[in-house]
Amino acid sequence: MLAGVLLLIFLPPLVAKDLCKDSQDGFKVRLSIKTGLGDDAYEWNESEMFLFRSTLAYAMRKHSNQDTYTIDNILVCNDTQRVSFVFVVTSTDDPDQLIPKEQVELAVRQNKHRINNAFLLSDMTLEFMGIPPTLSAPIIYDTEPWLIVFGVVIGAVAVGIVALLMSTVSKKRRAKEKAAGLSEEDEGIVKENGTALSSLGRKEGVYNQAFSNDDRFTKL
Amino acid sequence: MKLKLKLPNPGLDERIPSHAELEKLELEEAGERPQWDNKAQYMLTCVGFCVGLGNVWRFPYLCQSHGGGAFMIPFLILLVLEGIPLLHLEFAIGQRLRKGSVGVWRSINPYLVGVGIASMLVSFMVGMYYNTIIAWVLWYFFNSFQDPLPWSQCPVNENRTGFVSECEDSSPVDYFWYRKTLNTTPVIEDSGGLQWWIVLCLFCAWTLLWVCCLRGIETTGKAVYVTSTLPYLVLTIFLIRGLTLKGSVSGIKFLFTPDLDELLNPSTWLDAGAQVFYSFSLAFGGLISFSSYNSVHNNCEQDAVIISIINGLTSIYAAIVIYSIIGFRATERFDDCLNGNILTLMNTFDLPEGNITESNYDGFLQHLNSTVPAVFQDLQLKTCDIQTLLSEGVEGTGLAFIVFTEAITKMPISPLWSVLFFIMLFCLGLSTMFGNIEGVVVPLQDLNLLPKKWPKEVFTGLTCVVSFVTALVFVQSSGNYWLALFDGFAGSIPLLVIALCEIIAVVYVYGIDRFNNDLQFMVGHKPNIFWQVTWRFLSPIILLVILIFYFVTTVSKQLTYNVWDPDSDNFPTLKEVNYPSWISGIIFILAGIPSLSIPGVAIIRALWKHCSKDKEKNDERSISGKEASLNTIA
Repeated sequence: MLAGVLLLIFLPPLVAKDLCKDSQDGFKVRLSIKTGLGDDAYEWNESEMFLFRSTLAYAMRKHSNQDTYTIDNILVCNDTQRVSFVFVVTSTDDPDQLIPKEQVELAVRQNKHRINNAFLLSDMTLEFMGIPPTLSAPIIYDTEPWLIVFGVVIGAVAVGIVALLMSTVSKKRRAKEKAAGLSEEDEGIVKENGTALSSLGRKEGVYNQAFSNDDRFTKL
Repeated sequence: MKLKLKLPNPGLDERIPSHAELEKLELEEAGERPQWDNKAQYMLTCVGFCVGLGNVWRFPYLCQSHGGGAFMIPFLILLVLEGIPLLHLEFAIGQRLRKGSVGVWRSINPYLVGVGIASMLVSFMVGMYYNTIIAWVLWYFFNSFQDPLPWSQCPVNENRTGFVSECEDSSPVDYFWYRKTLNTTPVIEDSGGLQWWIVLCLFCAWTLLWVCCLRGIETTGKAVYVTSTLPYLVLTIFLIRGLTLKGSVSGIKFLFTPDLDELLNPSTWLDAGAQVFYSFSLAFGGLISFSSYNSVHNNCEQDAVIISIINGLTSIYAAIVIYSIIGFRATERFDDCLNGNILTLMNTFDLPEGNITESNYDGFLQHLNSTVPAVFQDLQLKTCDIQTLLSEGVEGTGLAFIVFTEAITKMPISPLWSVLFFIMLFCLGLSTMFGNIEGVVVPLQDLNLLPKKWPKEVFTGLTCVVSFVTALVFVQSSGNYWLALFDGFAGSIPLLVIALCEIIAVVYVYGIDRFNNDLQFMVGHKPNIFWQVTWRFLSPIILLVILIFYFVTTVSKQLTYNVWDPDSDNFPTLKEVNYPSWISGIIFILAGIPSLSIPGVAIIRALWKHCSKDKEKNDERSISGKEASLNTIA
């Protein structure tokens, strides 16, 4: 009787260990707490393992939409100092039946984000061997930022070109008007006497090329 | 000491303004020739032209690969013996003859117009590809206004299970450069079509350049206040930032660790000479043009020395900044490599974290090797060596767009550093382009190919449009290979040939004695013995030696180039591929036509003169014949 009772007590964990160790439906998990958190790293102990098992149960609940998964459905073995272990999930109806690998994989992938956050880790530091991480979707912009900057620069350049060309045109116009005005003044100077010249404040008059020492053009 | 060797040069006095005429011009400020608003504009423009991308990405590489601190010795010696004399020569001849490059050589001797035309062609070709590099810089600049930077992570593949394989095998920065920017093909024959995003950036680069060069030095003189000073500010900011990063000092130490054995290697001296020569932007014609706008009595001797010193110091300063950042990047890579190995070890042997650290790593390796050698071999740990990582010397576009961008992604507030870095590269490139445009536009005006009454805006606009259209060849998928080709052949040998012809023309055709008198008139004293020795013998000999060696090495080596081929075995290492056979024709056009235009134009002119002389003789004979017949009639 006593032997029977003892067997009943010790059998589940022994069976559980067998389910976990030999199964093909298990996943190896590896945590790198110190790498992920540095000085804020926490100790890995039984309570943390309890949290892990409960988050996995949560993931299974969400995936299968059955509220029957409990922490006893998650079995863990091969615990090492690295902080890595193997886990399997047993079915709610039959404790000896394991949930197939694909189901567990889907459940984990759907809820990886929540599992990571529970442990303050990321896909790099909380690894499920064999389950590829779902990478975050690339940011899609309505307009690429580089086009916006390009538009701003081109706009500024266009404004600059227009401004400079307008200033050239207006300068030329002003020069033409001045020349027209000066030619009238010139006739006035010629008609009047010398005092007009000095009142203008010019230097020594206009350089008259006819009297220059240029014999460049007169070589025979 | 009067030089007895002087080539005959009849009619020189008629072609050049005399000293008296120059004084007159000076006093009345007559003439439509533009002028600098003040000396600072002139100095900043020349400094901007000389200080360019080469100071940032060629000199540090040369310094590190040729024995670090020891490289300073050949560099400084050749700076003094080659750079300063040639610079002084160009400044003085431009200031004296008051013309652009074609005008100056035409004044010295009409048969030398080919030198000016060669300068113009080289300026045009170099300007074309240089501005394409600026277009790439602009592309990176536009893309820097986002966080995270697009080259910091690989893009995700379709089913979001991993990264794009090309990126996974190489790195995010390589992928962004070769795929997202260049979209490069595996061979140069594969044209791959135009990449529209780079066309837009190229258009932006040329219009920006046009806006600054619109009215010649009137507009560039204002632009250089920003483009020539901003790079120094940014370099200082990066120096301060760099020195606060881990590993930067090891980079600087690595750069300057002298290896005096390198001084015995002739290629060190050759590279130093070439670097000094190209760094000063000589033989482009731009410097002659810029000096011609100066007042006649400007002290060009002092200017040459000051600008040379600034150029040399800028190279050294930039090298320090670049290598502090490279040291940081190498240290980060080393740490990553080491941490990766430690993780592998911990995972394999299920050891708790923190058991293996950087300090006991080596001891641990040995322990493992002795206890479980089989497992250890299987692991295939990567060797992490900081010296190898530091000596991964990269130059050119690889330094700016791959190595430096990677280093920036590891810094906090990366977009800010990226924006600053690419603005600096943009300013460095743009200020050099001002000189190139000057070297193309002024000869165009001097050659009277286009109507003289067209305003300057049309000349500069036309140059920009034609250059933009021809530069579209660099915007194809294979554009990077074309650019490397142009850089290797159009911007190397022709410049050396032109510079050699320039110095021989001034010293032996114009006459060093006349030149000395001119300098006495302009500056107040005759150039001293240093200038005499360097101008007459040392500089031409150094140029000739560099030219011969360059020519021999180029002709004898196999024509290969490096390609980015995702299908190659050694990917991501670049694969070395042979050029196709028709490349020799292209190389001849690039290097041969400018160099051959120097004798070519002289020969054409001689033939034309000969024909016209014959025609004259025939005309005279027919006139005298007619007179004789008239006399007989009368």
